[in-house]
Amino acid sequence: MLPLLLLTALLATALLAPTVLRCLGGPGRVILASVPPALFLYAAAASQGIWKGEQQYWSLPWHENLGINLDFALTPWGTLLCLLVLGVGTLVTIYGLAYLKGDPRENRFFFAFFLFMMAMVGLSLSDNLVILFLFWELTSVASYLLIGHYHEKLESRKSALDAMLVTVGGGLALLAGILLLGFVGGSYQISELVEQADTIRSHSLYPAIFWCVVAGALTKSAQFPFHFWLPGAMAAPAPVSAYLHSATMVKAGVFLLGLTHPILGETPLWHNTLSIIGAITMTWGALVAMVQRDLKRLLAFTTVSALGTLVMLLGLEHELALKGAVIFFISHAFYKGALFMVAGALEKGTGTRDVSVLSGLFKSYPLLGIAAALAALSMSGVPPFAGFVAKELLYQVKMETQAFGWFILSCGFVAGVANLVVAFNVGILPFAKKKEGAETSIEPNYKPTRFSFWIGPMVLAVGSLLVGAFPGFFLSDIVNRSVSQIANQDFYSKLKLWHGFNAVLVLSLVTLAVGVVIYRLRDRLWSFGEGLKNQFGWTAVGNFRRIWEGILSFCLWTTRLLQSGSLTQYVVVFMIVAIGLLTAAWRVSGYDLSIPGPIELRWDVASVLVLMTLAGWFLIRSKRMLTAILSLGGVGMGIAALFALYGAPDLMLTQMLVETLTLMLFALAICGLPKIQPPQLTLWGRSLRALVALGSGVAITLLTLKALDVQVAAPVSQEMAARSVPEAFGRNVVNVILVDFRALDTLGEVAVLFIAAAGVGAMARFRSAAERPQRSVVLVSAVRYVPLLVFVFAIFLLLRGHNEPGGGFIGGLVAAMSAILVHLATGDGRIRLLRMTPGAWMTMGLLVAVWSGVYGLLESESFMHAWWGSEFTLPAVGKVIIGTVLFFDLGVFAVVLGVVMKLYEVLASWAHPEEVGELRG
Amino acid sequence: MELFVAITIGWLMTCAVWLLLSRSLFRVLAGLALIAQVANIIVFSSAGLGDGGHAVIPGKENRLAEGHPDPLAQALVLTAIVISFGTLAFSLVLLKRNRLSSVDDTTQALAQTEDVHR
Repeated sequence: MLPLLLLTALLATALLAPTVLRCLGGPGRVILASVPPALFLYAAAASQGIWKGEQQYWSLPWHENLGINLDFALTPWGTLLCLLVLGVGTLVTIYGLAYLKGDPRENRFFFAFFLFMMAMVGLSLSDNLVILFLFWELTSVASYLLIGHYHEKLESRKSALDAMLVTVGGGLALLAGILLLGFVGGSYQISELVEQADTIRSHSLYPAIFWCVVAGALTKSAQFPFHFWLPGAMAAPAPVSAYLHSATMVKAGVFLLGLTHPILGETPLWHNTLSIIGAITMTWGALVAMVQRDLKRLLAFTTVSALGTLVMLLGLEHELALKGAVIFFISHAFYKGALFMVAGALEKGTGTRDVSVLSGLFKSYPLLGIAAALAALSMSGVPPFAGFVAKELLYQVKMETQAFGWFILSCGFVAGVANLVVAFNVGILPFAKKKEGAETSIEPNYKPTRFSFWIGPMVLAVGSLLVGAFPGFFLSDIVNRSVSQIANQDFYSKLKLWHGFNAVLVLSLVTLAVGVVIYRLRDRLWSFGEGLKNQFGWTAVGNFRRIWEGILSFCLWTTRLLQSGSLTQYVVVFMIVAIGLLTAAWRVSGYDLSIPGPIELRWDVASVLVLMTLAGWFLIRSKRMLTAILSLGGVGMGIAALFALYGAPDLMLTQMLVETLTLMLFALAICGLPKIQPPQLTLWGRSLRALVALGSGVAITLLTLKALDVQVAAPVSQEMAARSVPEAFGRNVVNVILVDFRALDTLGEVAVLFIAAAGVGAMARFRSAAERPQRSVVLVSAVRYVPLLVFVFAIFLLLRGHNEPGGGFIGGLVAAMSAILVHLATGDGRIRLLRMTPGAWMTMGLLVAVWSGVYGLLESESFMHAWWGSEFTLPAVGKVIIGTVLFFDLGVFAVVLGVVMKLYEVLASWAHPEEVGELRG
Repeated sequence: MELFVAITIGWLMTCAVWLLLSRSLFRVLAGLALIAQVANIIVFSSAGLGDGGHAVIPGKENRLAEGHPDPLAQALVLTAIVISFGTLAFSLVLLKRNRLSSVDDTTQALAQTEDVHR
């Protein structure tokens, strides 16, 4: 399987590259340099059939239910990119190994470099959009690492971050687009989506999909106004600029547009957006490039311009536009890769990249000079180079296009002239002698005349010449097949170098003439550029960084505002938001408050409610803690009474036990606490407090009334109640739900209790309390037998729980009380029950509960599935069935018992003021 | 009767929020305890209070009596009672621990122990 083989080989190379370089040295370099050519030749040989019209697909299942599989395809357009990546990669690897020799971070560099190559190959061959997205993001990450290679420089780091933010930000938009596409088209597979193209294009979500996908493509391909990251990326070493930021990665956006053209293209939105953005980028990039003096920046802006051209061509509605795009896609990779490598070599040799300074270098670098001149001629579109073939087509398309005809043509003319000037600036100027004796000096200890430095540019430049001279022989099949794929219809057109003497040729000649004139005036252009830069303080990258800084300080501001650390403020904000949301929901749902039914007054309930209301009033008015605790207990007991009155005996029991324990723990906790301080609030503060409190109360009342009023579906509990006796052998439906139907929930809740008690244990760092001097003789003798009785009662509650009120929770609470009773009376330091510590009870309980679930897993492959065994009758308890459910309830019992014991133990150990003082010291 | 229960719930909520907004950590905890109670009783009553009867199937029967209360809400509330007890006890220990390590136990003092302002 070709794609997997390529990917594995490249990933292995990336992972091994640092080791190979470190341990093998010279031979290691040869090994690394031989990987890309081997893969290139293999891929080229294996993909021969593609140019004859075959298509190959592979698919490895991954997340089949989500439609995300490792789908790969050899399509003409993808294979083209893949071969460019591997082919240019071969040359850049050779060049890069020489360029970075002696760099201490060489190992790291080649890891990221090969990782990038792998991501790019994966991107070009994937047939599944989600997989494509993964590789897409991986290229951004690799690019970030490579741009930031010289990370000791601030500008390097900033540029790397800019590039990352822009491309990954676009990547997120792309992901959204992909997900929407999958939603609308029913698949993530590109070949399947192409068949759904008409449905997608007429869908109401089409504009959203379009903008998301295009945002991803345009940021990656550095289109205006996101172009600024590309010149910044020139902080990277030259091989990276030659490879990622001219020949391959920045083409990914264009590639994606070509790939999605059969799905999203051919609509007015597509044509207008792409052709206008492309034209603006093309012109702007070319104009800015003209006034640059830094070799790499200058080349970067021409790359921006070239990418703009490609995007524009993909957007134009002309039969030859796509053909022009594919040819330009290829020819640009050839000459731009070559020129970047030349620029890097010159910088290494002379220590400068300023074209206005470099002069007369041909004598020192004859071969590099020839390569540069050839590449520059191709770039300026002089026959018989590949660039000429491309440019002729571009002019023809621009002249014949219908929409925005004059706009496109004039943009094209300006860009053509600017490109020509820039090509001469890069390819000719540094090598030509400016004045007698003005040759730039070469650093004596550094002479990059080595093979590795000139072979890359030379191969690409000569390739450009050959391809241009015989376009029919080299390119016909590749271009025709690729265009057929992008257009999704058969396309055939002969490629020729010479089209005869026509309007297009005249335009080319005019371009050439104007270009040469402007080239002669380059000094004035440069000073004009300097003047502009000084006059206008802002640049695209500056604006972007200002916006980014703004976002960061906004985040800091909101964090400071919202996370002030004041509990009071949090509660106020939370309550106001909650009330606001409730009110909004109220308005939207249009609920009118209807008071349920005729009111029949139940005096028993009413008196309980009055008691609770009074208890609440006492609670908020209380000055002493004891009063507050008792009032709280009053509310709790009132609730217990409500539970009893409305048919919930289990709840009533639990609530009463918990209230008792809460009271006890509160009482222990308040020992040694200072008195409640009277509130020192202003009138405004008091009003706000009252307002928020009253608002919350009113909102909750209305919410409760609404909840009573709404019944959207039949309650699930009806089914549970019906299945309770026949399937779960229990009459107490509440208990059956807890330990059988929803046992997994209960297990989670028990685990929460366990964690709370463990946290308490960690905070306490328990130390044995001193023996208490006063013991109550009466209590000590009484508790000798009482706890045993209480414990037996707890077991009784546990066992009967399945049929009558009771169960693990209630039994556990009662058992804990027996342990506490012993402790209260004897005052021993540590609390025990049946010689077991709280921790032991808790842990044992949790293990038993989990084990009872595992049994079901083994027997019926379903965790917590119940198993029932023999049945027997106990006196007083009644029928008990042995089964996993009983064991589960036993586990709950033990956890609750252990947790309560633990909480009590910690608070009791802190209750005595003398020890408090000791701990504080 | 539901109307009066709902009004009582609202009143208790008012008390709970009032307590949550006080300076004293002890009263904040009392508010926390109260708000847990309020939540439990909301869940309990929102399933409908029933016309009497228990959520226990009488002997020799296979189904609950007519007009029974909702057993699922009861099961939810039962665990909620125990859990809110657990968290309350946890907060009590926190309060106590805070008291042992610092003299001031107001919410303002807590805010200053952690500096989030850079």
